[in-house]
Amino acid sequence: MTIKYTQNHEWIKLGEGSGAATVGITQHAQEALGDVVFVELPELARSYAQGEVAGVVESVKAAADVYMPIAGEVTEVNEALRGDPSLANSDPLAAGWFFKIRIKDASELEALMDDTAYAQFSEAA
Amino acid sequence: MLMQSAHSLHELENPSEFIPRHIGIDAAAERHMLSVIGEASRQALIDAIVPRSIVRSRPMELPAALTEAAALAELKTIAARNQVFKSFIGQGYHGTHTPGVILRNVLENPAWYTAYTPYQAEISQGRLEALVNFQTMVCDLTAMPIANASMLDEATAAAEAMTLARRSVKSTSNRFIVAGDCHPQTIEVIQTRARPLGIDVLLANSATEWHAALDGDYFAVLAQYPSTSGRIDDLRGDVQKVHAKHAAFIVAADLLALTLLVPPGEWDADIVVGTTQRLGMPMGAGGPHAAYLACRDAFKRSLPGRLVGVSIDAHGNPAYRLALQTREQHIRREKATSNICTAQVLPAVVASMYAVYHGPHGLERIAQRIASYTAILAQGLEQLGHVPRPGGAFDTLSVKTGDATESIAARARSLRVNLRTYFQDYLCISLDETTTRDDVALLWKIFAKDGQPLPSFAQFEKGIAPLIPTELRRTSAFLTHPVFNTHHSETSMLRYIRALSDKDLALDRSMIPLGSCTMKLNATSEMIPVTWPEFANMHPFAPREQLQGYAELDEQLRAWLCQATGYAGISLQPNAGSQGEYAGLLAIKAFHESNGQPRRNICLIPSSAHGTNPASAQMAGMRVVVVACDAGGNVDMADLQAKCELHSDALAAVMITYPSTHGVFETQVRELCALVHRHGGRVYVDGANMNALVGLAAPGEFGGDVSHLNLHKTFCIPHGGGGPGVGPVCVVADLVPFLPGHNSAVQSGAYAATGRSAGPSQASPAPSGGSVVHAATSVGAIAAAPLGNAGVLPISWMYCRMMGADGLKQATEVAILSANYISARLRDHYPTLYASEGKGGKPGHVAHECILDLRPLKEASGVGAEDVAKRLIDYGFHAPTLSFPVAGTLMIEPTESETLDELDRFIDAMVAIREEIRRIERGEWPRDANPLKLAPHTAASLLKDDWAHPYSRLVAAAVLDSGRHAKYWPPVGRVDNAYGDRNLFCSCVPISAYE
Repeated sequence: MTIKYTQNHEWIKLGEGSGAATVGITQHAQEALGDVVFVELPELARSYAQGEVAGVVESVKAAADVYMPIAGEVTEVNEALRGDPSLANSDPLAAGWFFKIRIKDASELEALMDDTAYAQFSEAA
Repeated sequence: MLMQSAHSLHELENPSEFIPRHIGIDAAAERHMLSVIGEASRQALIDAIVPRSIVRSRPMELPAALTEAAALAELKTIAARNQVFKSFIGQGYHGTHTPGVILRNVLENPAWYTAYTPYQAEISQGRLEALVNFQTMVCDLTAMPIANASMLDEATAAAEAMTLARRSVKSTSNRFIVAGDCHPQTIEVIQTRARPLGIDVLLANSATEWHAALDGDYFAVLAQYPSTSGRIDDLRGDVQKVHAKHAAFIVAADLLALTLLVPPGEWDADIVVGTTQRLGMPMGAGGPHAAYLACRDAFKRSLPGRLVGVSIDAHGNPAYRLALQTREQHIRREKATSNICTAQVLPAVVASMYAVYHGPHGLERIAQRIASYTAILAQGLEQLGHVPRPGGAFDTLSVKTGDATESIAARARSLRVNLRTYFQDYLCISLDETTTRDDVALLWKIFAKDGQPLPSFAQFEKGIAPLIPTELRRTSAFLTHPVFNTHHSETSMLRYIRALSDKDLALDRSMIPLGSCTMKLNATSEMIPVTWPEFANMHPFAPREQLQGYAELDEQLRAWLCQATGYAGISLQPNAGSQGEYAGLLAIKAFHESNGQPRRNICLIPSSAHGTNPASAQMAGMRVVVVACDAGGNVDMADLQAKCELHSDALAAVMITYPSTHGVFETQVRELCALVHRHGGRVYVDGANMNALVGLAAPGEFGGDVSHLNLHKTFCIPHGGGGPGVGPVCVVADLVPFLPGHNSAVQSGAYAATGRSAGPSQASPAPSGGSVVHAATSVGAIAAAPLGNAGVLPISWMYCRMMGADGLKQATEVAILSANYISARLRDHYPTLYASEGKGGKPGHVAHECILDLRPLKEASGVGAEDVAKRLIDYGFHAPTLSFPVAGTLMIEPTESETLDELDRFIDAMVAIREEIRRIERGEWPRDANPLKLAPHTAASLLKDDWAHPYSRLVAAAVLDSGRHAKYWPPVGRVDNAYGDRNLFCSCVPISAYE
């Protein structure tokens, strides 16, 4: 399963074959934010451009926008996360996912970072 | 026996008596502090710190210092020029009886007025509880689910409601509909605020226009309930129409009226705003008063201003703290939803206490009395041939007086009574809590023709029914929480007020070393005039000739502040620093537009700037471009130059803080200003750190074009636990025409919202009375009242008058001395960030504050800046500023008012805490169970039988000087912020929560 990362500390995980992907925030992001208390999730069935603000994550000490890693249409949002935002802290890469999209242009993935590149990037950040 | 004196008569008279009362450091203390710092004299220290290039060309010219008694006497003669008439003007400002127990024990009590904004929840539980009472009161009376902890005034609250609606509703329209019979000052502020945001304000000037407008396209509407002329409209049908358009319905409502009227929350209003002035706060010529803003649950995350919520502490007990902090501009910067930082905490506490004192039945009785007098007044007027306009009334009648309008108003004035001229041929009469039977009879007399028999009370007294339409009478209960139903005896009230203030740390107990906040002395003599009737009981829209005392106060204070800043013109209207900042940026924008350069809209802001700067720029319709800072915390001149060149054609302004937010006098500030000027931009110098400049350097001299001052920092207005503030905007000569101001007619008490407003008949042009500040070019009103928070201006007047030019300069120098003393003494324990470069191997200096770097401690001990802040509470101190401007640091500003003893007590506490950290570093205490991580310690937690911590109770209690200072016990343990934000609850806690 392919997972890619953005410079804004989102991850995007590709689903199987169908052009679907899941988006969340990284371990590094949740550590930097601290206790997440609120998330704002994107509108269902709306298309977002790459880099467009698709959500907000608020902790007790910071508020950050969540950007769309690549262009796509939102197919599902994580209602469980809305009810319990601490999932973004306890399990950012799985249960703490934010939303799912239908990918518009898979080639946009190429410019994103892989595990190694992101590890280096977040180390330096 | 006559003794020969060694002193001259002048020395015995001692006109500078107040200076050493304000400044805590005497000559001996100063010598000691200089020896620790390593400078020979105060002058040498200042020379080493303040860059020669910015030093003032000549001293400030201020009147020589007066003693406290002489200054009070002089101010009394100025106050006497205000004529205190009985006011029936209304228009959002009403007479009220401040209960004596609240006047003396809250409004005039330093335990309440010297407190800071309650960021440190554990030492603020008292005022946080009072603010939760305020929020609960607003929620109950409006029937809305959530309310914030107060707004600056009703007009800015309405403007904030407009922007809140715009970002919260689905409608994409640009239009905002305002009912023409809203308070005119509210309409003016809305127009000012809408313009830079591209919002199209449509005034609906009649019922026909209103209904036609509701069929059109818009994102929100605003209506006043009851209207400014007293009518009570049934707006329930309109709400449905508005919601069908996916737009928001905003109501400006009078809380006292809502004890009798069906509240807007019961007819599905989206946002409700208003003022709480008539709940016990004197009019004060316009402020300070607490406004309120309540909204539907779905909008709560976008609610501007402060919100107090309930959480739990480390022991699982309920504890209050500010909720949803991340919405604020210090986090969101240019993405912030509002630039509001200050609330009006002290007036909000007064209003909340008024509700606690009177309770639901007391409030209802007051409201019923007003409504009954109004009904009686109406009947009597009718008998005299003056039939009030129909449409229901709570406290305000409007009477068509036609050609007789001015003669009746003049007769009223001859009897020391003010009525409100509403358009040219109507008079409005607004009754309030202070109205008596005699007043009603006097009003009849004023309206009666010569020889006409006067009505009598006896005729109407029996079976009198208020003029409130039956279908709009309130049936629901309010203020049902026990706190509003318990403290109705004065003994109980007194003890409740005392119990709350005892929970808090304010300046009456200890130093509050908050960097960037300037918590200096608020001298009692400065405070006394605030509640003099000549200042407190003035209506802001009383005829100008009655406000001569305020006019003189305004003129003198502006002249002195011009001396202090080097600017040509000042407006005292902004009622908070953020508002001054906003007004200044609007002035810059208007200047460029008047020069035919409307494209200039880029505002350069250094990354180190306070978050309010980018938020204000965004509100002023400017685009923020961030300029980098170098490792020393200074503006990166190369980056600034590059960005000036890149945006040369579009450059509007640069915003800098001087000395910088890092507490450093940047040496290149003159060059910076010149560079920006070469590219056609203007320089905004944020006056947050003016306490390091007064008397030494003037922003208007070294290149600034605009600054705002914080009179609540530099010029002694107390912080009030988080407001009121006063943020005058100061400008160079060519920007003077663009200072804020009110429309002439509003200011002179006549009615007109820029001449386009709704009226009872056809809209008539405003009478063009009075001279207004550059009416044609002014950016408009930015606060409800012409002089903003006028009622607290006497404080700054007294300070300047008692200090004189020498005293003010000395205060600045001692503030710098004290900061450098703390920095020097703590240097071996905590490194100071951003000191200037030292000479000859000596350590460098700071300005009037110093930043201690605690980040290195984290790795070795797990201790962060917040743990040190909380541990300081155990030692009896309010923490310094936490994590601003750099995360993981503490910023300390001692001010000139603290004594050497108190500075040393603080330093001893900081050193003792460092020793505790060393024990953690050495492994003597675990990283997660030590006096810092578990701080602060409540008395209850120390008295438990099972003490299981690896340090003693005595260590936990942190009693430093064998009990010489009374030990402060925090009422709660560390407050859990995440719990509160995940489980948002912002009203009074049910008693069961404490069981």
